[in-house]
Amino acid sequence: MNNKILQTNTSPLKRVEVDTVTVDIIENALSNAREEMDAVLFRTAMSPGIREQGDCFPMIANKDGKMVVGQFGSFIHGFLEAYTGQLEEGDVILTNDPYMTNAAVSHLPDWIVLVPIFKESRHIAWSAMFGHMSDNGGMVPGSIPIKAESIFQEGIRIPPTKLYKKGVLQSDLLDLILHNVRTPQWNRFDLNALVAACNTAAKRCVEISERFGDDMFYSTMEIMLERNHVAMEAIINMLVPEEPRTFVDYVCDDGVGMGPYKIQCKMWREGNRAIFDFEGTDPQANSSINFYLNEDMFKMFFGSFTINLVDPQIVFNDGFYDLVDVHIPAGSLLKPNFPAALSGRTHALGRIFDVMGGLLGQGAPEAMNAAGFSDSPHLFYSGYDDKGEWFQLFQIGFGGIPGRPVGDGPDGHSLWPGFTNVPNEFIEAYFPLRVEKYETITDSGGAGKHRGGNGLSVAYRFLNDGNIAIHDERWLTYPWGVNGGTPGQRSTKILKRADGTQQILPAKCDGVAVKTGDLLYFNTWGGGGWGDPFLRDCNSVLDDVNRGLVSIEGAKRYGVVIVDGVVDARQTTTLRAALTEKRGETQLFDFGGTIEEIKARCLEETGLPAPQTPSFLKSRALK
Amino acid sequence: MSYRLGVDVGGTFTDLLLINEVNGQTHTAKVPSTPEDSSIGVLNGIDRICRESGIDPKKISRVMHGTTVATNAVLTGKGAKVGLVTTKGYKQVLQVARSFCPGGLGGWVSFVKKPLLAPLELTIEADERMGANGETVDTLDEAALRASLTTLKNTGQVEALTICFINAYLNGAHEQRAKEVAAEIFTDIPISISSDLVPEMQEYERTETTVVNSYVRPEVARYVENLNRSLITTMGEDLHLSILRSDGGLASARASAESPVNLLMSGPAGGVSGAMHFCKKAGFNDILTFDMGGTSTDVALIQNAKARVRRETRVGDVTVRAPSVDVRTVGAGGGSLAFVPELTKALRVGPESAGAKPGPAAYMKGGTEPTVCDANVVLGYLPSNVQLGGAMAIDKDAAVAAVKKVADAMDLTIEEAAEGIVKIANEAMFGALRLVSVEQGFDPRDFALVGFGGAGPLHANALGILTQAWPTIIPPGPGVLCAYGDATTVVRDEASKTFVKLLKDASAVELETVLDELKHKASATLITDGIALCDQKVTYQADLRYTGQAFQLSIEFTLAELQAQGVEVLKSQFDKEHTQLFTFALEEGHEIVMVRAIATASSGELPTMPQGSAVNTLDECKLADSQIYFEGQYHPTPIYDRNKMQTDLQIPGPAIVSEMDSTTVILPGYHTKVDAVGNLLINPAK
Repeated sequence: MNNKILQTNTSPLKRVEVDTVTVDIIENALSNAREEMDAVLFRTAMSPGIREQGDCFPMIANKDGKMVVGQFGSFIHGFLEAYTGQLEEGDVILTNDPYMTNAAVSHLPDWIVLVPIFKESRHIAWSAMFGHMSDNGGMVPGSIPIKAESIFQEGIRIPPTKLYKKGVLQSDLLDLILHNVRTPQWNRFDLNALVAACNTAAKRCVEISERFGDDMFYSTMEIMLERNHVAMEAIINMLVPEEPRTFVDYVCDDGVGMGPYKIQCKMWREGNRAIFDFEGTDPQANSSINFYLNEDMFKMFFGSFTINLVDPQIVFNDGFYDLVDVHIPAGSLLKPNFPAALSGRTHALGRIFDVMGGLLGQGAPEAMNAAGFSDSPHLFYSGYDDKGEWFQLFQIGFGGIPGRPVGDGPDGHSLWPGFTNVPNEFIEAYFPLRVEKYETITDSGGAGKHRGGNGLSVAYRFLNDGNIAIHDERWLTYPWGVNGGTPGQRSTKILKRADGTQQILPAKCDGVAVKTGDLLYFNTWGGGGWGDPFLRDCNSVLDDVNRGLVSIEGAKRYGVVIVDGVVDARQTTTLRAALTEKRGETQLFDFGGTIEEIKARCLEETGLPAPQTPSFLKSRALK
Repeated sequence: MSYRLGVDVGGTFTDLLLINEVNGQTHTAKVPSTPEDSSIGVLNGIDRICRESGIDPKKISRVMHGTTVATNAVLTGKGAKVGLVTTKGYKQVLQVARSFCPGGLGGWVSFVKKPLLAPLELTIEADERMGANGETVDTLDEAALRASLTTLKNTGQVEALTICFINAYLNGAHEQRAKEVAAEIFTDIPISISSDLVPEMQEYERTETTVVNSYVRPEVARYVENLNRSLITTMGEDLHLSILRSDGGLASARASAESPVNLLMSGPAGGVSGAMHFCKKAGFNDILTFDMGGTSTDVALIQNAKARVRRETRVGDVTVRAPSVDVRTVGAGGGSLAFVPELTKALRVGPESAGAKPGPAAYMKGGTEPTVCDANVVLGYLPSNVQLGGAMAIDKDAAVAAVKKVADAMDLTIEEAAEGIVKIANEAMFGALRLVSVEQGFDPRDFALVGFGGAGPLHANALGILTQAWPTIIPPGPGVLCAYGDATTVVRDEASKTFVKLLKDASAVELETVLDELKHKASATLITDGIALCDQKVTYQADLRYTGQAFQLSIEFTLAELQAQGVEVLKSQFDKEHTQLFTFALEEGHEIVMVRAIATASSGELPTMPQGSAVNTLDECKLADSQIYFEGQYHPTPIYDRNKMQTDLQIPGPAIVSEMDSTTVILPGYHTKVDAVGNLLINPAK
């Protein structure tokens, strides 16, 4: 495929013998280079989304486009297949189009920069990085319009394009792109930072190659890929049974009244190969909740969640792809047909991790985590301030980490790698709002031997008229508990108007007008519980109560009775015995009821009507 | 005749250095540390050094001290029980922290959050609110606060109190008032407030910093008071005790006890100061330091004989907003364990360490797993076949047996495995050195590399090769360099203030007003400690960024420059540094974030240590003949005694230079010279 790369030095890189120590050294140097990409980006990016929250992902790939270090896998193969032009030294590619990159990025606000790395006129590797831009134009500020019915409504689409040609910035092109977004200054800076990060990685690759020799560098990357192959082969044998297992989970709704949408996956092993089949997953939605899932990316998710079991220091990469087969039916929620809208893909993306956890966990219940990787909640707040200047806030929220074999889930923490919250003092200094409360929700974590983390309640007081948009999940279905643990509490959004009225907002909405003085309670979900709550150490329950993380009433979910600040041993024993008998054997999963039951209770419990069972457009229905 | 004493308390040893302030003559001593009460070790050491040198302790007028008391309290989790008062709605500010789970995708699966340094059980809320412009939104409800504080007091558990309110970095009035109220209820414990200690934006970081201050405060205060009292008993009323701060300045005993969060990197700062001391004297002002100990290695970059200070200090999992010498720590030390994961057959070194116990196998304290130290023994870098004065006994057979585990797993010879272990450890340290140099836009080839600490001289030559930073310098007494650093630094304090303003909207005049206020605040501490204004030097800094950027740079400037060039002086300096770091600068959008005044005591340079007159030939310095393994083969290698070496002595590699507390390896193809200061300068052989 390298015929799309113009190199004047065409002498092939040779596979040579590399001693183990050198492999380890180069492996170390490459992962340092990747970390340096992050460091460069964080320091030079401008939007809070990237530099404070860390919504960005770096990668270094070998010359064949296989990711050697990184997180979300390589898309270069798919990109090169689709790309018709030719690449030269000094070229920098920019794109944001999932449909043209085989879903390397999965919605338009993620802009990806790709740099072919040359040394002495020979192509030796690739660096790439994508970051979530504050805005991409389109229907709504922040560019994640829930009501979009096609990708054309989601803002500017950038096909793989040379942002730099032979080292020269194509500023006309950049100006054209930035002309289409609401936050041109931030995007310009963030894009600059992405390019700087990729160029840094390129420089490091050349340096490593100079130090050890081009063939050594090339061969070491091959060996690193092989190491992952060996490790993953063992893992697949360990975790994936030959007997097929199926797991089903749901995206609660599509933001336009229908739901829940089913994601189904069957997993089994044939020889040394793992097979994941998403047949049975619902067809694509007519709103933007579709998640175009690249098969390779799913392999990457699978690997990165399991590889630590055998060598915690291994640098994770693409090397094992031929050991995993993934089938995703075309036209489904996970592989929608062009031009389906994709911007709200975060919900299904998060849910994929719960599905994977549930699949793998059936074979190894003790190693399974509860559900909680349920979403990445967003809040947008925008408008014109009293000086007439445009403001646009994008915040990523966090829920509870689920109960895990290793212990309780942390409260209000991030399941996404590298993400952090934005300091409230920063938000208050730069946006017209005040965060009046920032604390975890008592009793929201699922009960278990290991408690699920509490969700977070953030109270935003708006100090300016404007519009808000919300993206959240798990308001209908529960973050499930495992091994006897109970589900976590679901998410809620309550808007208390300055005029004294109160409104329960749906989990996905946009264009909601807010007035100065209105107060939004943005409450995220709690993580599911792990293990039998009646076996939880009573003192841990008492500690949680003393810390305000669990209430005295909530302690009874653990069968623990607290009187005058101490555990009443006698009453606790009695209550635990009674509750244990009433419950019977612990179940592997506790979903909080069937979908039918949950929907029947929906209005009463959530204050929102249950969504309609999805009906699918004929032309897009699955065969 | 008056003397000053430098004392560095490390995890294993307490190092002392006594300097004659008139003629520069020095005496050193090394005694075991006494972790249960470090002051015992210090007093033991003083007793020993005075006895051995025959100097009357009453002649010691200044004791300058680097301490890990604060660091250890954090690392071992044995600090005070801290009570915390937050703004209503923010009680869980530490519980939620920055919501960050370390590790990659799936890192949350194994992340275990450490207990909070101020437990939620001891955290209360105050009904008050400041706005984002520093305006009062809700006044402080004192009656309610009084009631909550009383309940908190009645738990009987609080040993130190912290008050941190939202937006107090802009207006500390509510914190001040809350402190007054709290002082009426908590009459006998220290109270720290965030607007005093660290008036900087970001509520989590500010709260954590103030809480850490409270957390270590009782322990540090107790220690400093005990030590001061004992010293005065031994040395007389006019003795002056100062403690080395993380930023490389000295603070009085009193100031240290109030803001101990500034002492967390006291130890490493001492090493950096010591390295600067010797290198500056030898004419090397641009250096990379690498201080390799048992469990970790600290590296730093020094430019123009000045350490870079950053606005953040990290100890274990704890990160605080306190200035510290920009030292990066990597988990590779002499005790780092080597292992081979079964499936991938990769060779991994560290970050787990054998620690002091069981320690490396060669030290015969029960360790059997291979460490970097054992690899050094196998390779002959750490000689086992000669009795070296004062050094620990080394069992080569035990080292070989340990390294064999790695050799067998990888199907290598013992020597190949040992060399692999050393190379991987070197690579980890090289990574840290790159972090402070290449990644900050500096070319290591423009610097000299200084190796010290117990294990630094063993690896220095190899790191010289990796960084190409020549000469590679081994200063005198590399094992007690921190004590040198302690004894050769000056008293320093600083005051800073958040000052968020676009540069184009800021005037030099308004800046001067703020700086003047800060100058008085910074100087006041020194005046309290008996340093008159005329004996002080004040410098200024402004933290700048492009508006909206998270990253900021500290720009240093003088009042004269500001008056002459206006705020432009900040812009040009900032653009220069930004370009160095990130290869670009912008035309506009410069924003001041914070300004700062730094007061230092001007103090006279110490005289150079006199050189002896005896001249030994290289042969006369020789202790024994040995061999080392390097790049796949053995090389016959003599072992020399550093104590016998004099200025200008030339030592061809391979060679081993031995002294009381460390061993220097000079590799084949390299050459060493002793300079006038006593440094060993290693260079490639011509």
